[in-house]
Amino acid sequence: MDGIHDMGGMHGFGKVEPEPNEPVFHAAWEAHCLAINRAMSYAGAFNIDQSRAAIEELPPDVYLTSSYYKKWALRLENLLVKLGLADAEEIKSGHALHPGKALKRKLNVADVPASLTRGSYARPAQAPARFVPGDRVRTKNIHPATHTRLPRYARGHVGVIESLRGCHVFPDSAALGKSENPQWLYTVLFEGRELWGDGAEPSLRISIEAFEPYLEPA
Amino acid sequence: MMQNHEEHDHHENGSELSEMQLRVRALETVLAEKGYIDPAAIDVIIEAYETKVGPHNGARVVAKAWSDPVFKQALLANASEAIVALGLMNRVGDHLIAVENTPRQHNMIVCTLCSCYPWEVLGLPPVWYKSAPYRSRAVNDPRGVLADFGVALPADTAIRVWDSTAETRFMVLPMRPAGTEGWSEERLATLVTRDSMVGTGLPKNPKDA
Repeated sequence: MDGIHDMGGMHGFGKVEPEPNEPVFHAAWEAHCLAINRAMSYAGAFNIDQSRAAIEELPPDVYLTSSYYKKWALRLENLLVKLGLADAEEIKSGHALHPGKALKRKLNVADVPASLTRGSYARPAQAPARFVPGDRVRTKNIHPATHTRLPRYARGHVGVIESLRGCHVFPDSAALGKSENPQWLYTVLFEGRELWGDGAEPSLRISIEAFEPYLEPA
Repeated sequence: MMQNHEEHDHHENGSELSEMQLRVRALETVLAEKGYIDPAAIDVIIEAYETKVGPHNGARVVAKAWSDPVFKQALLANASEAIVALGLMNRVGDHLIAVENTPRQHNMIVCTLCSCYPWEVLGLPPVWYKSAPYRSRAVNDPRGVLADFGVALPADTAIRVWDSTAETRFMVLPMRPAGTEGWSEERLATLVTRDSMVGTGLPKNPKDA
């Protein structure tokens, strides 16, 4: 979706302000928010693309004015209701009023260390890869109302396939919660001038990780 | 466990803290009562992110690559496999990619769409990495972003920005500082900052270490 989350190249957000000696968490609730989200994704309640889509679907003003972990909390509340795992009354009251649904698994203490390792998103291919490194490609000018990982700034532009990264879960499909619809994934390299015009930093090159359905031959 | 929520009150605006504190506590209670989560596991996850996962892991990988050319080649070929094979870490998820800085090219990592970051080797991302200023400007004004970090690169060093738009994850292999000949891996690792592995900083000057 063409949402506020798609920030690459936007102006007006000001300087980057690193915080010296930043703590891992700024408040204990942030740590709990991270952990309950991790435990629910481990349980198979939702996949990573559904969770990203739920953050993108927050209203733009809420997105811009909420801290990272507040967005995670709002996202979790919305996903629980949307997926029928809890209802609004339970979330408001802070207590379960109905039995839970069966999930794939439950994260117990013994499995926490293994749960910290990212899973693999590689999947068997449905067809041979269409492109090889060195091919010139043009990103499609697409504007789906649902989740996509093709950023706006890189749509409709010509780049070069730099690497083939394997065949991966396709976020645009997985976010809908139905099929993983695996697709070939490439690193596509663009000249700065191609994306930003003649005013671009002369030496700048930018790459995105692009799924095959985002690309056509150029 | 719940008293942990109160520990860091002074870091936040009071009204937002109490709202978020209550909201997250309510969520955690509902999820536990419905049988979806085990509160004991929640505490262990938090402890791991506070004490075990962090940029010290990435720093050891970089120091090894600076010291061992064979490892460096393996790291650049397949970072996930190379790090596990070395025994530096028990497990590394798939699709980790290390990119090498050279005098000719400086690499910078961003995720313009959300905040994708190589948690396993660098820990949880800092607030600035997740912020709108960084996510918006890294792709079209990387030298300006570097200036915000107090870093100025030579004009003839090209800049390459990697936007993490899929489940591949990137870390930068910074250049080994001059004047570190004969240093042990342990000593070298003290020069490797988190920001140098994101590409918004450089390793520490050995004279300052």
